[in-house]
Amino acid sequence: MNAYLPALAGGLLIGLSAATLLLVNGRIAGISGLVAGLAQPGERRLSDLAFLLGLGLGPPLFAAMAGHWPLMRIEASWPVLAVAGLLVGFGTRLGSGCTSGHGVCGLARLSPRSLVAVLVFLATGMLTVALMRVAS
Amino acid sequence: MSGAARLLAALAAGLLFGLGLALSGMLDPARVRGFLDIGGAWDPSLVFVLGGAVSVSALGYALSRRLARPALAETFDLPTSRRIDGPLVLGAALFGIGWGLSGFCPGPAVAALSTGAAPALVFVAAMLVGMAAHALRPR
Repeated sequence: MNAYLPALAGGLLIGLSAATLLLVNGRIAGISGLVAGLAQPGERRLSDLAFLLGLGLGPPLFAAMAGHWPLMRIEASWPVLAVAGLLVGFGTRLGSGCTSGHGVCGLARLSPRSLVAVLVFLATGMLTVALMRVAS
Repeated sequence: MSGAARLLAALAAGLLFGLGLALSGMLDPARVRGFLDIGGAWDPSLVFVLGGAVSVSALGYALSRRLARPALAETFDLPTSRRIDGPLVLGAALFGIGWGLSGFCPGPAVAALSTGAAPALVFVAAMLVGMAAHALRPR
């Protein structure tokens, strides 16, 4: 159980972030939506940008507090990362959200759309990893 | 004044999110793929991350239902569609494939940019191209 304590604590912080953004600014903490929204002119753009800036400052703040950078093991080659990025960008817009918008926020609102989206992306994600295991 | 306060609140919320991702281990694509690898040495970390995040987020949502408006904005800006349709399912399916291939989803990838990791930059640049392709797609 202790091994999963940081995971749980990190999750609680992420939930606190989503609750804060909703209760203070009335916004859903869906990262793909916030990123895509930067292309839309409007008064929200600046505060969405501020959120994303804070998101980027999270890892350096962690490094300052923990004394080391968070572990990042990236196994995928650049071509695979490029294909994956295209699929994630296009897919999250077509499907109106990602792990944060549908997962952290949508499940909390008991949204049936989000529940379906989460089950589908978990299924195709697991299937992809399984197929890659078989192929290698 | 409330404009500056809104920016500050957004910055603070983003910081909490990024800190949470770093602490939870979700910036590590190998760990995320370990969670998706149910046929291998399955790593259940993500269940704890999502469980913790959804419970606090749900408390916030429940509280928002009792409030007339957010502290610093006019309205709660929530999705209203309830239709489960083709684009939702196809979009989620494509996202899942990209997530499984790389171990990256948008939040960790954007947060990882500040670590200077070039692969995260490659992923995010491609993600922006994918988003632009969706915005410009013929209908």
